[in-house]
Amino acid sequence: MFSSFMINTWIASTAIAFVAAFVGFFVVTRRSAFAAHALPLGAFPGAAAANLMGINPLIGMLIFVGMGVFLLRQLVRMGRRDVGTGLVLVLFLGVGALLLSMTSEYAPAVFSLLFGEVLGVSDADLWPILGICVLVVVGIALYFRPLLLDSTFPDLAALQGIRAARMDLVFLTLLALVTATALPVVGAFLVFTLLVGPPAAAQALSGNPMRVLVLSVMFAEGCIWSAIALSYWTNWPIGFFVGTIGAGLFMGARSYRHWNQRQRNFLVV
Amino acid sequence: MSDPVLSVAHLSVDLGGRSILRNVSFDLYPGQLCALIGENGAGKTTLLRSLLGLTAHRSGQALIDGAPADQRRALVGYVPQKIAFDPDVPLRTRDLVQLGLDGHRLGLPLFLGRKKALVDQALHAVWAEAFADQRVGELSGGQQQRAVIAHALVRQPRLLILDEPLANLDFGSANALVTLLGTLTRTQQIAVLVTAHDMNPLLPVMDRLVYLVGGQAATGSVEEVVQPDVLSKLYGYPVTVLRHGRRILVLPDAVAEDAETCTASHVPHPEKAD
Repeated sequence: MFSSFMINTWIASTAIAFVAAFVGFFVVTRRSAFAAHALPLGAFPGAAAANLMGINPLIGMLIFVGMGVFLLRQLVRMGRRDVGTGLVLVLFLGVGALLLSMTSEYAPAVFSLLFGEVLGVSDADLWPILGICVLVVVGIALYFRPLLLDSTFPDLAALQGIRAARMDLVFLTLLALVTATALPVVGAFLVFTLLVGPPAAAQALSGNPMRVLVLSVMFAEGCIWSAIALSYWTNWPIGFFVGTIGAGLFMGARSYRHWNQRQRNFLVV
Repeated sequence: MSDPVLSVAHLSVDLGGRSILRNVSFDLYPGQLCALIGENGAGKTTLLRSLLGLTAHRSGQALIDGAPADQRRALVGYVPQKIAFDPDVPLRTRDLVQLGLDGHRLGLPLFLGRKKALVDQALHAVWAEAFADQRVGELSGGQQQRAVIAHALVRQPRLLILDEPLANLDFGSANALVTLLGTLTRTQQIAVLVTAHDMNPLLPVMDRLVYLVGGQAATGSVEEVVQPDVLSKLYGYPVTVLRHGRRILVLPDAVAEDAETCTASHVPHPEKAD
């Protein structure tokens, strides 16, 4: 399981889980889970297009996810956020279907892009992934406080000169970068799990922002490490394990909080 | 007396071609609480927005510490009307207060030191120590409001503005808040401006009154402003001012007589409204 063949997989997925937790903190706080679902699917046709043109899939995904952020902001500006996000999602899925129909390697390629392929990380893939991960962590660390205030009380943020539109752009850009790097490793559907499950579980357990951040990282790493190990032993797709563990973490943490609150209320009464 | 913190002189504001405020003037000194009273659409929000430097005015001026309001935003603390935190928000009361100090700064909030003392001071000033480490989303409405007041206070503003702070509070919480605002005004020596529909809950603590009707204002002490002749001129039709103990009721003349009998016959203990 720790052969040289697997080392790159461990490194890449550890880095991805780390940044997914960082960005996921704000996905959950900003209630942007739907955008976090739509953007990975926006990256997916990018990989297909890159495949068609014979270029590095990461470049294709970055271009498409960048277009996704642009479209999302345009549509959201016109009206309701959920509707705009939903339409971007469908648009990109449609384009992805079209591009895939033009390539010969249909089924396996789709499957790995949607559900992940942990064994496919080469040395050449690793460095761009790590580079982008560092970039995203620096970005979140830099904008942590303005993003936090803007995500929790936009009116108060505006009074401190924090512009909501700029925060939205910063957030979506960082989300897009995580998405594009994580997609080939854990797959489009499962990027979403990593972005939402661990941070939501962490927020159920603590109200201290720094503690929530640390807990999110721990949960995300625990989630992906155990998923890789289980996938290796069982030969089942990693996506199944990431999804199950992510949802399990969330449900467990929510139940704990619920139970805890009832205990407290009982004591007060 | 020292220089005024806030000096509004002949302020007129137009929005979309409509005249919203006309020739509004008043001064506010440190250690004074001023109530800005008016019905919906009287221009309260527009006045607040110009004081925050968010709305441009047509003529006149609004000076904070001697400079135009839009250059003095750092000296103004603002508490918006709608305060409703999601229960899951990953913030404790103390984190929200600290964001008032450094929310606009880049970098992770790792190094506290001197800031912690300022945050503790602000928490103490609004009697929020008891829930300082509790999640903001799990607090009651009145507690969330006090947390936001501490968030505004922590930067040590010279002027604190509260938009309809009593609107969504029950009598008990409203009374506690009024007492708190009175105490803050005296102990911190700041100027406090509070908007409200009804002046009565604020009467025990307010030093000055700005009474807005249709974009025009009468300003001064309660005794100066709440007079039938002053208000009739402002409304453009005759009004009656009823006083019952320390309560004040302003009514258009047509209904005033009915209301008097009403108070006498149907409400046996008006003081209970305290």
